[in-house]
Amino acid sequence: MTSVPSALHTGIPLAAGAASEHRTLIITLFSVFVAATLAITVWAGRQTKDATDFYAGGRSFTGFQNGLAISGDYMSAASFLGIAGAIALYGYDGFLYSIGFLVAWLVALLLVAEPLRNSGRFTMADALAYRLKQRPVRTAAGTSTIVVSIFYLLAQMIGAGALVALLLGASGEGSRRWIIGLVGLVMVLYVTIGGMKGTTWVQIVKAVLLILGTLLITVLVLNKVGWNVSTLLGRAAEESGKGKAFLEPGLQYGKDGTTKLNFISLGLALVLGTAGLPHILIRFYTVPTAKAARKSVNWAIGIIGAFYLMTIALGFGAAALVGSKSITASDPSGNTAAPLLAQEVGGGAGSTGGAVLLAVISAVAFATILAVVAGLTLASSASFAHDLWANVIRKGKTSEKEEVLTAKCAAVVIGAVAIALSIFAHRLNAAAVVALAFAVAASANLPTILYSLFWKRFTTRGALWSIYGGLISSVGLVIFSPVVSGSEKALFPGMSFDYFPLGNPGLVSIPLGFLLGWIGSLLSEPEPDADAKYAELEVRSLTGHGAH
Amino acid sequence: MDTAPITTEGPDEPDGPDVTATAATAATTAPTGAADRFREVQSSAEFGELRRTQRSFAFPLTLAFVSWYLLYVLLSNYAGDFMGSTVLGNINVAFVLGLAQFLTTFLIAWWYSRHAAAKLDPKAEALRARLEAGE
Repeated sequence: MTSVPSALHTGIPLAAGAASEHRTLIITLFSVFVAATLAITVWAGRQTKDATDFYAGGRSFTGFQNGLAISGDYMSAASFLGIAGAIALYGYDGFLYSIGFLVAWLVALLLVAEPLRNSGRFTMADALAYRLKQRPVRTAAGTSTIVVSIFYLLAQMIGAGALVALLLGASGEGSRRWIIGLVGLVMVLYVTIGGMKGTTWVQIVKAVLLILGTLLITVLVLNKVGWNVSTLLGRAAEESGKGKAFLEPGLQYGKDGTTKLNFISLGLALVLGTAGLPHILIRFYTVPTAKAARKSVNWAIGIIGAFYLMTIALGFGAAALVGSKSITASDPSGNTAAPLLAQEVGGGAGSTGGAVLLAVISAVAFATILAVVAGLTLASSASFAHDLWANVIRKGKTSEKEEVLTAKCAAVVIGAVAIALSIFAHRLNAAAVVALAFAVAASANLPTILYSLFWKRFTTRGALWSIYGGLISSVGLVIFSPVVSGSEKALFPGMSFDYFPLGNPGLVSIPLGFLLGWIGSLLSEPEPDADAKYAELEVRSLTGHGAH
Repeated sequence: MDTAPITTEGPDEPDGPDVTATAATAATTAPTGAADRFREVQSSAEFGELRRTQRSFAFPLTLAFVSWYLLYVLLSNYAGDFMGSTVLGNINVAFVLGLAQFLTTFLIAWWYSRHAAAKLDPKAEALRARLEAGE
């Protein structure tokens, strides 16, 4: 037998076989990353002395460093694996993710980053509860922080699951559990030992690796098509079997009125979600001033923008060079398109170059997942310790030491949750799941952030209605959506309680969150001392006076 | 500002269940007179000017880029033929408009930062210096 028919016959298993020959290489690369980042974490841990160090990295990072770290936190498995897969399978429609994820940063830059930096201390709730009743608002904001982070975690574990399945094949169920467990363990170590300082450095290292890895693949893809984007698009359209429609909007969302509404819903969630993501918001506390926060967002927009431009090469490159058949054979939602593309441009399955590049890109993807999971764990455990434990349960009667210890314990629990979530880690596209986290953030967090910064009449009741209303409606609609049940690709394919037709709830839940905040405020008495409180917030958020 | 003489040893001030707390972060707030000072600054002409400069730039611009983005989403949905028309080779209008979203995002970020550095930062710093001198 020549190798050609067998390659045709087995397709992906061959890729996995080739990978297993070079599995040592993947393990070596990944171990180097883990060892280096753990060393940084231990070093950072030695410098972590008080709560400001643990939660906010001592506020000692520069705008550029934090810009890189924000990019590291933001370019998750959803961006790297999910978007590449969505473009590879649905062509132009997948590109909306890249655009929405980037444009969203302007909301953070123009409205949120600087005032939040000036008025908050450690968590998102610090800024929200600033002039409202502390305990109920902190409880609500802490709850929504944890819920948003868990949705985001689920997307990362989907990416991890898809990667492990690609590298180990179906036979690797035992090793799969082992690897996922290891990811959870390393992430908990980052957070508990290194705190924000260690986690920030992990993000910086990961952001650099991810940009370099993506750049390498982009260069190789463009080289294959003679540096002509039009040729790349043409070949992608041809290989997809869908022709020109592959390059036009509508392949995934253009079927009927409902799918078109779903597209609007997704677009809305993407553009309004970023400025409500707790793990991104707390990054603004790691720099000393609002000016540095602005600078870090600018760097992040540049870095993230460049990365998303390269997703065009990744996604259409995978469609043109790997082909949708091989991609869906490996992962029905396309999450493995990027590593498969790396193997292809390295020389194809079975070649040494292909195996090396597959190993490099897989290690980068693992590093990506690990870093983002660490950032999410830090955000949610910080919110648990600082908002729920110290301010609500213990009513402020904790020592700083106890608070940090609580955060570390919470990190262990959240690590366990992440590992448990990996059971569901298949069938869905990572970018689509992260879009759900964006919808929840835009519905539950963004209205309260904007109202509390810019509207004097905003009250505690408005905040509670908006946060809980946005949270319950967005999560509720997801539960009754086609994402969870009623279709082959759903989380529970065997059941059907998909009463809400849209895959993304944003179109309903985001306006609802804003509306409830407004009505709730008008239906309650103005806060006592509202004028004085708002004067203080306004002066502090604009001038930076008294900022931590 | 970590160099400011603020208390960092404890978490936020303990808050009773129904007390509207002094802002969790307001460690610098002196118990008396501070509230009046904030209101005094807030109603000053300089502060009004700073707030106007920030809002008259950020609010309309936010409205503009969100509308431009939603227009792009709606065109993708309901103007398929227009979006599919060829610009050059296999590059169509949809692709060009998508790239235009990238371009406008970069430009707006650059424009806002220039505006902030020239118009907002000096005013904010002058006011902060005054507030801190008055303590």
